[in-house]
Amino acid sequence: MLIFEQFLNGLQYGMTLFLMAAGLTLVFGVMGLINLAHGSLYMIGAFACAAVAQATGSFWLGVGASLAAAAAAGALIELAVIRRLYHRDHLDQVLATFALILIASEGTRWVFGSFPLYLSLPPSLSGTVSLGGLVYPSFRLAVIGLGLAIAVFLFWLMRGTRLGIRIRAGEADREMIGALGVDIRSLYTVVFALGAGLAGLAGALVGAVQSVQVGMGEPVLILAFVVIVIGGIGSIGGALAGALLVGMTDTLGRALLPAALATIMPQASATAVAASLASMLVYILMAAVLVWRPTGLFGVRG
Amino acid sequence: MSRAGTVNAALLAVLIGGAIAAHLAGELFVVTLATKAAIFALAGVGLNFALGYGGLISFGHAAFFGLGGYVTGILASHAMSGEPLTTLPYTMNGTNEMLAIWPMAMLVCGLAALAIGALSLRTSGVYFIMVTLAFAQMIYWFAVGWPRYGGEDGLSFYVRNVFPGVNSMQPLTWFAICTGLLLLALVFTATVMRARFGLALQAARRNPQRTVAVGIRPFGIRLTAFVLSAMITGLAGSLYADLNRFVSPAMLNWHMSGEIMVFVILGGVGRLTGPVAGAMLFVAMEHLLGGVSEYWPALLGLVLLGIVLFAPGGIVGILTGGRRRV
Repeated sequence: MLIFEQFLNGLQYGMTLFLMAAGLTLVFGVMGLINLAHGSLYMIGAFACAAVAQATGSFWLGVGASLAAAAAAGALIELAVIRRLYHRDHLDQVLATFALILIASEGTRWVFGSFPLYLSLPPSLSGTVSLGGLVYPSFRLAVIGLGLAIAVFLFWLMRGTRLGIRIRAGEADREMIGALGVDIRSLYTVVFALGAGLAGLAGALVGAVQSVQVGMGEPVLILAFVVIVIGGIGSIGGALAGALLVGMTDTLGRALLPAALATIMPQASATAVAASLASMLVYILMAAVLVWRPTGLFGVRG
Repeated sequence: MSRAGTVNAALLAVLIGGAIAAHLAGELFVVTLATKAAIFALAGVGLNFALGYGGLISFGHAAFFGLGGYVTGILASHAMSGEPLTTLPYTMNGTNEMLAIWPMAMLVCGLAALAIGALSLRTSGVYFIMVTLAFAQMIYWFAVGWPRYGGEDGLSFYVRNVFPGVNSMQPLTWFAICTGLLLLALVFTATVMRARFGLALQAARRNPQRTVAVGIRPFGIRLTAFVLSAMITGLAGSLYADLNRFVSPAMLNWHMSGEIMVFVILGGVGRLTGPVAGAMLFVAMEHLLGGVSEYWPALLGLVLLGIVLFAPGGIVGILTGGRRRV
């Protein structure tokens, strides 16, 4: 039963990572851009949700605001900065987006202060659900459901719509689809805003259970990188698989390692070793995947 | 002297002259700032070795900076407590001799880089960037979770380690030690980059296919460059630990990797003294802008953005007027 609960926790964690990683992998796959500022968009989403929820009293409006604010911020920085970086090398992209993180973090600190904000969940989501003997928070189940819905939506968007065809065509050959009359610049803005909106949504969802504070995006950003490296950069399916793998590994590692290690060493040192080892586990997983397949599970390009 | 040579000499003269002038004026704090700039510059010289000349965009050099720092902190704390580091296979004691600590720090960083590099260099491009970042984060989380040496709180060691014959606590002496190592690293880099190894490394960056075609295998050369780069940055980490007499996981954090990268790029990628210019500007900005506003990193971000978008050759690129070398 404990294992099943941890399994659900891992699933929920994986889903929030997927929301982050999907945008990151889309932006890299289509535009060839490494966006470190993705974590800032996550933070902006969380702050927008907290501010609007506090002002209006409605969590749902807050969630809507997180999507809108992060997508708008994404479109804005795409127009102002990111679009100048597409033809630059990765080094310039890393630096420029690192600079954007500094600006976004300090800007947010300036507006909201350094103290964390807390969100309260609406009554419909703050309860628990009984799953055959296991009592589980309904908000976490809702996150799992939402993550699955968005995964399905993204697959449909990429496979079944004209926009998705253009995005995939842009991934394959951007000069050619420009020559065929597709406005590649606005397509890029739309893709970037879409990724930003998903990151903002992830920020709101995580902010609702943890706290909303400056710098909250950074640990998630790095895990999202691990996810897309494992899954293969540019692949939505890879992002989903990688996110679930990372979410499960991390959650189950933290839950099970202490007990597992206690069987081979004294309790006190087992706890310490397990804590260190559990936080390293996802990186070990990544190293293992890369040794096996250097371009990730679903990756094709090097 | 070529224009690049003049710029190199001028930058070093500003650093050294500035520190001596500050010492004569009794501004000891400025001497310490110059020392910090020299140490950051050394870290940048290390990264530039792999990133600038080898084209290996490592976003994980904080791992080596921090490891160098932790080796220093751990050896010094054992020397202070008198407790041996390990008794198996034989007794190994801590030490507070810089001349013993530096090789140890560089050895540990070199071995770590050998393992990380051997795995990361299987990948290239954006994967390499992210994989090096992830390995550094792995070490970061290990340091945060490992309570033996302070965990999240870090490790203090009150007295600066000793250098034979001089008083390392005296600010100008300490500056001279750090700057001496920086100069050594610069001479080393310049020499290596003119030698066969350095030429092969740069060739592998500019055109890997052609390099392979003339019979040079890039992997071993790149791995060697990565290891040497990590050892230089690790030495800087050791000095930084001694500067503050404190190490903490913050030295291992990815922000530190970003900052080391900033020193290199602000100054000019693949330029010999680029990291010196970048580190000096960074420390100056941190100090001056920090006095203007507590939100100074945002201003730093704007300056960085301006450099990346409009002056990709960095400061040295502006000064020499040459094109960027990547």
